Amino acid sequence: MKRHLISAADLTRDDAVLILDTAEEMARVADRPIKKLPTLRGLTVVNLFFEDSTRTRISFEAAAKRLSADVINFSAKGSSVSKGESLKDTALTLEAMGADAVVIRHHASGAPYRLATSGWIDSAVVNAGDGTHEHPTQALLDAFTIRRRLVGRDAGLGKDLDGRRVTIVGDVLHSRVARSNVQLLHTLGAEVTVVAPPTLVPIGVGSWPCEVSYNLDEVLPKSDAVMMLRVQRERMNAAFFPTEREYSRRYGLDGDRMAKMPGHAIVMHPGPMNRGMEITAQVADSDRCTAVEQVANGVSTRMAVLYLLLGGSEPAVATGNAPAPAASRPSPATTPERGAERRPFDAEESK
Amino acid sequence: MSKILIRGAKVLGGEAQDVLIDGETIAEVGTGLSAEGATVIEAEGKVLLPGLVDLHTHLREPGREDSETVLTGTRAAASGGFTAVFAMANTFPVADTAGVVEQVWRLGKESGYCDVQPIGAVTVGLEGKQLSELGAMHDSAARVTVFSDDGKCVDDAVIMRRALEYVKAFGGVVAQHAQEPRLTEGAQMNEGVVSGELGLGGWPAVAEESIIARDVLLAEHVGSRVHICHLSTAGSVEIVRWAKSRGIDVTAEVTPHHLLLTEELVRSYNAVYKVNPPLRTEADVLALREALADGTIDIVATDHAPHPHEDKDCEWAAAAMGMVGLETALSVVQQTMVETGLLDWAGVADRMSFAPARIGGLENHGRPVSAGEPANLTLVETSYRGVVDPAQFASRSRNTPYEGRELPGRVTHTFLRGRATVVDGTLA
Repeated sequence: MKRHLISAADLTRDDAVLILDTAEEMARVADRPIKKLPTLRGLTVVNLFFEDSTRTRISFEAAAKRLSADVINFSAKGSSVSKGESLKDTALTLEAMGADAVVIRHHASGAPYRLATSGWIDSAVVNAGDGTHEHPTQALLDAFTIRRRLVGRDAGLGKDLDGRRVTIVGDVLHSRVARSNVQLLHTLGAEVTVVAPPTLVPIGVGSWPCEVSYNLDEVLPKSDAVMMLRVQRERMNAAFFPTEREYSRRYGLDGDRMAKMPGHAIVMHPGPMNRGMEITAQVADSDRCTAVEQVANGVSTRMAVLYLLLGGSEPAVATGNAPAPAASRPSPATTPERGAERRPFDAEESK
Repeated sequence: MSKILIRGAKVLGGEAQDVLIDGETIAEVGTGLSAEGATVIEAEGKVLLPGLVDLHTHLREPGREDSETVLTGTRAAASGGFTAVFAMANTFPVADTAGVVEQVWRLGKESGYCDVQPIGAVTVGLEGKQLSELGAMHDSAARVTVFSDDGKCVDDAVIMRRALEYVKAFGGVVAQHAQEPRLTEGAQMNEGVVSGELGLGGWPAVAEESIIARDVLLAEHVGSRVHICHLSTAGSVEIVRWAKSRGIDVTAEVTPHHLLLTEELVRSYNAVYKVNPPLRTEADVLALREALADGTIDIVATDHAPHPHEDKDCEWAAAAMGMVGLETALSVVQQTMVETGLLDWAGVADRMSFAPARIGGLENHGRPVSAGEPANLTLVETSYRGVVDPAQFASRSRNTPYEGRELPGRVTHTFLRGRATVVDGTLA
């Protein structure tokens, strides 16, 4: 892969496993008294958010800070009103300030791709969610969570999700989380089924590497993980479904439905949850629900992504007895120049 | 004016002939014509066509002179071989009064590169609520006969019905931008496999087809004539074919870009490919070519839509819709229709000159290349191959989807009433 993370489809199976393995290493840092590595010292990570998302922003912020990067939070909401100039001009401004990586959240699908490919900036670009397109780090943290829960923390190292059955339920049409997850989980060998009312499934879903079902009850017994997507109540006004209650009855996950899942199966949610809409409190607060873990895993996963994009010419995870990431890092002074020839996620190079 | 002898051109792609222009008219067509007293243009191997007519051009003046003016737009038109263009009404202010259409008409006269026939808005401010003073625009110096809210659909069925009926009084025609507005809220590209993957709002084919179906039925019911702008889907072709078979008085246009480009290009998120109606699928492209060849679609119209760089150099959702097309239209038609064997040059003359002039009611354009006719002519070097370089455009805007693409053919000469507006590929 490339020097940017724009789409989950950019990742090969080996890229993705490397990120998950690296994230496990990063997670160990969180268990230490001092949760900080010197890895990205002297590098600047800009969180460029054109859309409100406190959760994702602070997750990236925590990730960058734990790697000792300098973090600049740039909230551009409102300044980009209708014209695109501000994306370009903002990019040029950040470049002039010496950003090494730009983490971008944007309401327009494709904005991170444009940022990465238009020649406006030279920084690495990480897509933190673009419109209804993709949210690749969410998919990575979800895959990380599934692997940990279903395969095991140590047992999972080096493994993909071969044969695991993952069901994604809800507003697939408008969900960047669903798009990235379908891609990534498929790459990792999982069998994915999306479940939604037909109005919330995109035209053309037939070409996606997943099954489609309109019936949640039929799919639940065959699921190892069930991912509930947030459903905006406003969708009702555009006639995507008749009422909240009807949606909840047909596609919400409550205790009775959860009981139909296999004993080992987990319930996931990218948050924020609409309790009472797509998920009941009973399910959300159960041991099987990984929503809070996903948040913690998000920091580790994003640390891994930033590490591999910005400095990871050497693996953070050695085979066998893994040293702490810091041990295998070049010192900041010898950190090589970023350049197009570097492919941090390339499995060959990271050996 | 002096005499000009065009020697040895393949008139409408046929046998090589000489064409003598005397003043504003064609004096003689034949072989071995005397060059005495005439400037000679050696045209061996080139194709001579009647001056091209574009029924659908956005000249942007008044209001958006940063993207195009009547002068720059008509220079672009002449470069592309056009001798007449119809200027769409979605200017600022909207061309919904006699005053505005006369202004555009006057600016066209002053430009001298190409005749400009203003189109009047069907409804006040293009808002689809109240009819503009259609009669006043027709009675003005601009003599408006084509009315369109292009850019917006006349979606109210009653307003559309009334407009179709009303313009019959003076032989007018309504050109419909067929787009059901509710089905296309937030639409960013063709709805299908690609929009699903890219997460861009879908513009379904049915939003175009349902309006066309409604409007041909309305035209039949009230006995009026209707013209469909930039038809873009295979389903629309089927509806128009059915309507014509029923004897309904409908005509339709297709743009060059819908004859060549597909939605796959949107994967680049490069907003130069953002256009309305959107680029469709390969199957649609092939159906449109077929329909243009068999006459179901009557004409090619450019929908030349200039936009300044900043309106395209941005994220997809923020970008303006539209592409410039005047200077590449004939080349795209050569590639997609002539070189594929679907249409000969006489067919191109029909689709790009005779038929659009007839639909738009222009008496002095789209005429045969024969003695006594106005000398509106276009000479095409069909053997030419060149890479599109927007920096060479006469248009003020550069938003072409063909940058860097090799296209066949180039216009070497354009004559407007006997005066050369383009000589050896350069504006005169």
